[in-house]
Amino acid sequence: MGYQHVAGGHRYHFADLRAVMACASPARSGDALAGVAATSEAERMAARCALAEVPLKRFLDEALVPYEADAVTRLIIDRHDPAAFAEIAHLTVGDFREWLLRRETDDAALARVAPGITPEMAAAVSKLMRNQDLILVASRRHVVTRFRNTLGLPGRMAVRLQPNHPTDDPRGVAAAILDGLLYGCGDAVIGINPAGDSLAAITDLLVLTDTLRSRFDIPTQTCVLTHVTHTLRAIEAGAPVDLVFQSIGGTEATNRSFGIDIALLAEARDAARSLGRGSVGDNLMYFETGQGGALSANAHHGVDQQTLEARAYGLARHFSPLLVNTVVGFIGPEYLYDGRQIVRAGLEDHFCGKLLGLPMGCDICYTNHAEADQNDMDTLLTLLASAGVNFIMGVPGADDIMLNYQSTSFHDAAYVRQLLGLGRAPEFEAWLRAMGVTDDAGRLLPARERHPMLGLATELSA
Amino acid sequence: MSQPPRPDPWHGLRQLTAARIGLGRAGDSLPTQALLDFGLAHAAARDAVHVPLDVPALMAALAARGLATIEVGSQARDRSEYLRRPDLGRQLDEASREQLAARPERAGDCVLVLADGLSARAVAEHGPALLETLLPRLAGWSLPPVVIARQARVALGDDIAEALGARQVVMLIGERPGLSSPDSLGAYLTQAPRRGCTDAERNCLSNIRPAGLPPVEAARRLAHLMGAARALGASGVQLKDDSGPARIA
Repeated sequence: MGYQHVAGGHRYHFADLRAVMACASPARSGDALAGVAATSEAERMAARCALAEVPLKRFLDEALVPYEADAVTRLIIDRHDPAAFAEIAHLTVGDFREWLLRRETDDAALARVAPGITPEMAAAVSKLMRNQDLILVASRRHVVTRFRNTLGLPGRMAVRLQPNHPTDDPRGVAAAILDGLLYGCGDAVIGINPAGDSLAAITDLLVLTDTLRSRFDIPTQTCVLTHVTHTLRAIEAGAPVDLVFQSIGGTEATNRSFGIDIALLAEARDAARSLGRGSVGDNLMYFETGQGGALSANAHHGVDQQTLEARAYGLARHFSPLLVNTVVGFIGPEYLYDGRQIVRAGLEDHFCGKLLGLPMGCDICYTNHAEADQNDMDTLLTLLASAGVNFIMGVPGADDIMLNYQSTSFHDAAYVRQLLGLGRAPEFEAWLRAMGVTDDAGRLLPARERHPMLGLATELSA
Repeated sequence: MSQPPRPDPWHGLRQLTAARIGLGRAGDSLPTQALLDFGLAHAAARDAVHVPLDVPALMAALAARGLATIEVGSQARDRSEYLRRPDLGRQLDEASREQLAARPERAGDCVLVLADGLSARAVAEHGPALLETLLPRLAGWSLPPVVIARQARVALGDDIAEALGARQVVMLIGERPGLSSPDSLGAYLTQAPRRGCTDAERNCLSNIRPAGLPPVEAARRLAHLMGAARALGASGVQLKDDSGPARIA
């Protein structure tokens, strides 16, 4: 069955729902590279008009990636909850946008219908929504998760402390952790991207971060962002593993290219849960995603990159993660060309993730070959914080010296807290107060010459 | 009048890492000096991506070392297209392909390619020095002229080698610049190169620059890998890779 729309005296045809979705997507370089984008602005709007008329039910009957060929599609369809869907089952995509924007559609209503929303439905409605719509609806949804603290509460935003070092030097890593903690960051996770991937290197970093956390009794979790098979080996070797990290994508073939499948993720989650290290909850999966990953793995099935990204969230929610992070500008300009495309993608990803019930954070970032700069990151940071993003990255000075890209900094987090009055995870905030890093209102105190944690700095420099 | 912002008391920890720690605060925000330092580094990285490779200057630098050169271009016509269409940066333009196919040198042991990639500065600054150390270690190898490639991705080397009939290709290519490394060069070795080779068939040395893997040391390791690949008749996962993690431009 085809789809069509008449506009300006021209009849636009779209072969299938996949084509309607791809052509309706806001312009981005990755869809052009894949050859699925609209070829004119008029065609793009015609596709949106056609999409607005599509009943939400249609997405249950017409899979964009075939059910037989793809385990992610099967997971999405098999886990779909008809009872949760009943409330919105009569709506078209256009009606669904209006339903989402009603004042009555609050946190409880969004949580109630989430199991009935497929990733494709979320992606579809996002394509009709302006940036302000994406911000407003997402801001109503509070997805709360717990491990050693409580993340995602209203009026709060957490930070992943990202202390990367090009050679995993333990003193260099520890110095960056200390810097972040003294800037009041690290409640989402203290998470290192390792430069090496040997079991020994990963275990060393796990022990280092866990020792620091224990020594200062920090109510947060630590993570070394390595492949899930390495984390499983580290668990078997008795290393202190809090969270299981993995990059995931929206198709089975993408995940195969990452060396994972659904069963492997479940095995790793169960292994980490068996350690019982969470004190206030057992959400312990940490997923990273990003538009363009499927095309990059040549596994996109002719589907646009934003829809595939939403499908990755469909996979993620199966595992009740603590953190889901869209690394929005990391992949490069062939997928998101400039600041405008990165900003739009960040808002779409956050919205779709929240709509599906995920604790969405965003690595607000860019590479030096993208047409973007720190001003674009300021824009996206301010918009996402307004939209209630669960967490952002904290990289010293926004300059990741291992991964060679720019993200958000400890200073950026302080800026947006000051601007919007955002707190931290409550357990972490109490700890910062007790440690004399912040005052009773959560504001950073002037840096002290004799801070207790600076004893560590002296040890490191020795 | 209040004190101007000073670095944090733990600023001395910067001796342990190149990360931008202990910057201090103006209110909660960046002090002006830290803001300007970041801006300078970003400008250098942006220029590395966008300032075109000075091909005549590079040719002259190689000629001064007694090396003949051939210039080629990919199908990406400018930087904007290069950045949006990595597929075009992996294919020779027609004129370049014909030029290489008409060369008298056939069945060379290895073609060495200097490519702009994402940092023309990297190849301009470190390419000649690396070759100067590398070539004396390749006694007995039959080598066609050094190819200088514009708007090039790593896989353009496969196309170049196929057009020249070379049995091995080494791409020395500018890597994606970071703020602290605008001049980082990568070396990608492929034995039996042909169009459609996968990254698993390559070996890589990355972060070649004076403050990373110094060009002279890189040349020593590269000569070893080249010899091993020639002897094995293969590269990539089959060849023991003693380099760091691969980064494909």
